[in-house]
Amino acid sequence: MDNPAAAAIFPPMTDRPNRTDAIIIGGSLNGAALALALAQGGLRVQVIDALPRATQAATGFDGRCYAMALASMRMLRALGLWDRLEPGAQPILDIRVSDGRAGEGPSPLALHFDHAELDEGPMGHMVEDRHLRPALLDALDAHPLIAHRPATRVTAQATDGPQAAVTLDSGETIHAALVVGADGRTGPTAARAGIKRRVTDYRQTALVCAIEHDKPHDGCAHQFFMPSGPLAILPLRGNRSSIVWSETHAQAKAINALDDAAYLDVLRPRFGSFRGDIRLAGARYTYPLNMTLADSFTAARLALVGDAARGVHPIAGQGLNAGLRDVAALAEVAVAAHRRGEDIGQADVLDRYARWRRFDTATLAMATDGFNRLFSNDNPFLRLGRGLGLAAVNASPALRRAFMREAAGLSGDVPRLLTGARL
Amino acid sequence: MTDVQTPDTGAKPGPGGTVDDAEIAKFEAMAADWWDPTGKFKPLHMLNPVRLDYITRQIAAEFGRDLMAERPFAGLRLLDIGCGGGLLCEPMARLGATVVGADAAARNIPVAQIHAQHSGLEIDYRHTTAEALADAGEVFDVVLNMEVVEHVADPLAYLTACQKLLRPGGLMIASTLNRNPKSFVMGIVGAEYVMRWLPRGTHDWRRFITPDELFDLLRRAGLDPVDRKGFSFNPVRWDFSISDSDLSVNYVTGSVKPA
Repeated sequence: MDNPAAAAIFPPMTDRPNRTDAIIIGGSLNGAALALALAQGGLRVQVIDALPRATQAATGFDGRCYAMALASMRMLRALGLWDRLEPGAQPILDIRVSDGRAGEGPSPLALHFDHAELDEGPMGHMVEDRHLRPALLDALDAHPLIAHRPATRVTAQATDGPQAAVTLDSGETIHAALVVGADGRTGPTAARAGIKRRVTDYRQTALVCAIEHDKPHDGCAHQFFMPSGPLAILPLRGNRSSIVWSETHAQAKAINALDDAAYLDVLRPRFGSFRGDIRLAGARYTYPLNMTLADSFTAARLALVGDAARGVHPIAGQGLNAGLRDVAALAEVAVAAHRRGEDIGQADVLDRYARWRRFDTATLAMATDGFNRLFSNDNPFLRLGRGLGLAAVNASPALRRAFMREAAGLSGDVPRLLTGARL
Repeated sequence: MTDVQTPDTGAKPGPGGTVDDAEIAKFEAMAADWWDPTGKFKPLHMLNPVRLDYITRQIAAEFGRDLMAERPFAGLRLLDIGCGGGLLCEPMARLGATVVGADAAARNIPVAQIHAQHSGLEIDYRHTTAEALADAGEVFDVVLNMEVVEHVADPLAYLTACQKLLRPGGLMIASTLNRNPKSFVMGIVGAEYVMRWLPRGTHDWRRFITPDELFDLLRRAGLDPVDRKGFSFNPVRWDFSISDSDLSVNYVTGSVKPA
């Protein structure tokens, strides 16, 4: 069969030392973790990152940090990163959830999760961005099957042929069986593939900062549900904690415009005095709270992971953990397909990933959305009701354990990487 | 697999043959049919991952290959009988095997060739039969014989030809459908009438073969059957998995030609 035109358009995929199996657009946390997971499974990967390397590389503590669920920590261990991260990570030994109003302190009907109830150890760890990002970057650079291309933009992608083609701002076009969009909730990869995102606006803004406090936290995380929204206190190494709380857009804007001293004056009554005096220990951030959900996680030769697929409300710290679940599921599906000789970008391979993630995602989006709506309300009956609800959960070890397993990422059909197994 | 309903185009292409543009367009449309996971070959696509898992593990075990390695089947010569659109040939070629795909239906050959070319894979597709290849003295390390034996008139003669195609120490993997009330319900009533997965009349239940009968036929054909597993369908997960115990409908066997 002589078809030179087709041969010119579609260069052979095998027998080329410079063959690429997957092109990942976006080299942030999920993109980098996916590259490592795929490469560990023997796939050749190119990571196209719009950001220059310096932006991602280590700097001082800037206040950004992540609540890594137990399952995510196991995945980082399987990817060979945990030994480096562990010294800077703070285990979360205790979680206390309570209903509160500014100035009143937590209500007596509280919910308490103690890690001792979970056989697997701490429910999670607080990992600082300044530790995680360089660890991922160095691992990308060290892996022989990964080509990391920072400061590079994608100008076009075509994913409807026997191979996907991605054109870079240098004019170069690269080919692979699969393209992955890991470029965040506003990243253009989804739109270029004709995938729309739905956005739910919570009419709130999250305020994020890190503080130092006089008294130790003993590894305890707190979540106070205030009428304006939740306030989370997450323990970091030393006498430091990460604070996340939410206010209406207008209030948040006004608070963030204050100088550090006045900002702390707003935070103190919300935080309470149980850890002595507090001081700022890094930059302050604001994030408008919304939830985005892609209509589809896949298209022809394309898969979305992380915030590009679904950006959730950061209320329960589930954004990165959900992203890593995408990464673990897609990597497992793609590596298994590669080992059995399948084309990893063919429709039924991608459908295995989509089906795996669909249920989990709908549950998570509804749970975090419902959780926040329920608790961001000053109605006295709802207040009493949720107080009783918290107490009921607290009174039932089985319910408590179920919540904890869910939060730790141990429930459902768990991808192998999240159990700590290598692919 | 056997061709079931692709219309005969009347073309007689082959390596070195010439085909005009209209013919190529027709073959491309047929290739798209073969490779559409939601199209008329949907059950094959659903079965394909578990078939490939079984095949790759058996080959790796028999020939001491590491599936984690690049091109683990490099150096192995493999024949797929009843290759259809190339659903098994392409994965085997991607894993490094030297692949010959044979199909008794002439119309499948250019279709498979066009798809392999688009996939950037070199596969030797031939319009021929197992018997003709054996008569020509062709020899392979691996013979794939998937969902064919229930369609042939004389299974023993056919399996004997397959045995001749193996070099001593070579491996044959053969799958088919069991014969019992469940396989009748699942394989014919379910697949052909209820789900409309397959055209009516695709299978004749009386030609289905029980695992013991197949083992007996394989031995009489001069092979040593070494393994049998089920491809078990889970209607909740809506997929197939490899089962040690459930050989009630689809099942697969591995046999070795004595050295």
